[in-house]
Amino acid sequence: MNFFTSLADRDHVFDFLVPAASPVDVRHGPILYLDGVTVSFDGFKAIDALDLTIDDGELRCIIGPNGAGKTTMMDIITGKTRPDSGSVWFGSRHNLLAKSEPEIASLGIGRKFQKPTVFEALTVFENLELAMAADKRILPTLTARLTGEIRDRIEEVLVTVGLVECRQRPAGILSHGQKQWLEIGMLLMQRPRLLLVDEPVAGMTEQEMERTAELLTGLAGKGKQSVVVVEHDMGFVRSIARTVTVLHQGSVLAEGSMDEVASDPRVVEVYLGAEPDEEAA
Amino acid sequence: MPDSTSWLSRPFRERATRLFLGVLLTALAVVTLLHLALPAGHPLHVSTYTVTLLGKYLSYALLAVAVDLVWGYLGILSLGHGAFFALGGYAMGMYLMRQIGDRGVYGDPLLPDFMVFLDWDELPWYWLGFDMAGFAFVMVLLAPGLLALVFGFLAFRSRVTGVYLSIITQALTFALMLAFFRNEMGFGGNNGLTDFKELLGFDLRSDATRLGLFLATGVALALGYVLCRAIVSSKLGRVCVATRDAEARTRFLGYRVERFQLFVFVVSAMLAGVAGALYVPQVGIINPGEFSPIFSIEIVLWVALGGRGTLYGAVIGALLVNYAKTVFTGAMPDAWLFALGGMFVLVTVLLPKGIAGLLAYRLRRRPSARPSSPDPASPKEASA
Repeated sequence: MNFFTSLADRDHVFDFLVPAASPVDVRHGPILYLDGVTVSFDGFKAIDALDLTIDDGELRCIIGPNGAGKTTMMDIITGKTRPDSGSVWFGSRHNLLAKSEPEIASLGIGRKFQKPTVFEALTVFENLELAMAADKRILPTLTARLTGEIRDRIEEVLVTVGLVECRQRPAGILSHGQKQWLEIGMLLMQRPRLLLVDEPVAGMTEQEMERTAELLTGLAGKGKQSVVVVEHDMGFVRSIARTVTVLHQGSVLAEGSMDEVASDPRVVEVYLGAEPDEEAA
Repeated sequence: MPDSTSWLSRPFRERATRLFLGVLLTALAVVTLLHLALPAGHPLHVSTYTVTLLGKYLSYALLAVAVDLVWGYLGILSLGHGAFFALGGYAMGMYLMRQIGDRGVYGDPLLPDFMVFLDWDELPWYWLGFDMAGFAFVMVLLAPGLLALVFGFLAFRSRVTGVYLSIITQALTFALMLAFFRNEMGFGGNNGLTDFKELLGFDLRSDATRLGLFLATGVALALGYVLCRAIVSSKLGRVCVATRDAEARTRFLGYRVERFQLFVFVVSAMLAGVAGALYVPQVGIINPGEFSPIFSIEIVLWVALGGRGTLYGAVIGALLVNYAKTVFTGAMPDAWLFALGGMFVLVTVLLPKGIAGLLAYRLRRRPSARPSSPDPASPKEASA
């Protein structure tokens, strides 16, 4: 019966008429909005009433001791874990809790995992080509041609991640740092609006860390991407962060510039001042 | 290297493919010439027996290319490709049986000899239509293709990979062998199908038909090779390599990995079927022995010896091993398995990338001979 009344309703917009991937609406400011998110595993509250707002084009660093809920938070945003309560919005239009992992990825949320995985037998250029947003069914993939437009897009990303010189090298012979950049490049090929980056500088040399800092600060900006970085390395966070969020026991302990956060006595207590106990926290 | 040409014309722009086709077509022409132009007593004359033998090798080479497509590029070690080869062979054999007509030993106008022998009154339904060449040739593609589709759909959907998949493919070909051994199946039991007379009206015993079959197999190998090159040098080919090396990552990029695996697996099975169909009229028999697990493992050995993941390596391996097999089983039959094992050990230890790896190494020493053209924007990167 409901179906027939909905047919008679002239203002009704049918589901199939709504564009599937409508653009992210950021007119009201935030691109990502978490409100009162709680999730518990076997009674343990990994995330406890977490409120977090990321503005469009912002570069945000998230720090916190082990077990503070950083990875769980990323899992919730990308749809891997469903929270028990709370809401998660992407722009002011997309309720992420109602979407599956691939849907969230195609909305424009890209996630870089800690350990870089690139296709080692393929060249850097080919890695980027495969990562590009395109028709990924069989026949279109078989007959795909490399148009000038695609080539330009790949070259653009090669410049951004600083791998122009390596474009014809197999990804397997790249250094650890270069693989991390290639993977960020592969995310950029999908034209994300929000990048979630998990411990990007783990295992990097000083020089590679500097280069990564430049890359990440260059990526964030109005009309470009918003970037969320989870990182343990304080020196690195200090070098890139404009705003730092400290997580502790599943909720926000402090938020502000690196200096404000570092001088907050609670933060010093749970994290900065308690270096030796970090593992136990 | 990705480029802007259409996927089917891409192989012809590759130096290695042009070289391969050049060598293959020249060899076909030379054999034809030596066979036709020289008198039988001449030392360089190629006898009909040799022509047929070479034709058999070429059908094995096509089979090896099919296996290399799934093993070298998709990372699926199929130990059951003999099944697809044999199914193609049986489809062709059924057509050839129906062509015998009333010239069989029992002279029955409709039923093949073995059915008369078993006291069957009528043709089983699945033998209907095989008197038409067109239908039979479609079945050469369809029978292995359908089996691969169903088998692959179930295996890839359940994400069965690696050694488990290899074992299941072995079981598949073993089960089919046992089934085809049974007389009640209606495929001639352990004797298989034989005593063929003619193909498309050509007498299978005449020298001209033999030469024609040899040339047809050579052309089929060339076409199959170009098709496989077109697939592996397309973006789909790169998705295959990506799947081989990091399946989860490829899935994460949005590719439906199991569909790509299924597609390539079915194409490969069909190529194996064509190889089987060309093999049967040349050797004059098809029996359940082709389904034996040992044969399927042997195919993988050819590819490993020749060099996996290059396609031309598979051809070299198939030709070389089978030539060695002919020589050895003629000279000292008992030593053949030792020789095969010895070759495999030597190549694995000394040439881990097979014979093709050695060739590629030689070619790389001369930068001008590299198969893929370097990007003009960064010539120095190409050698890295």
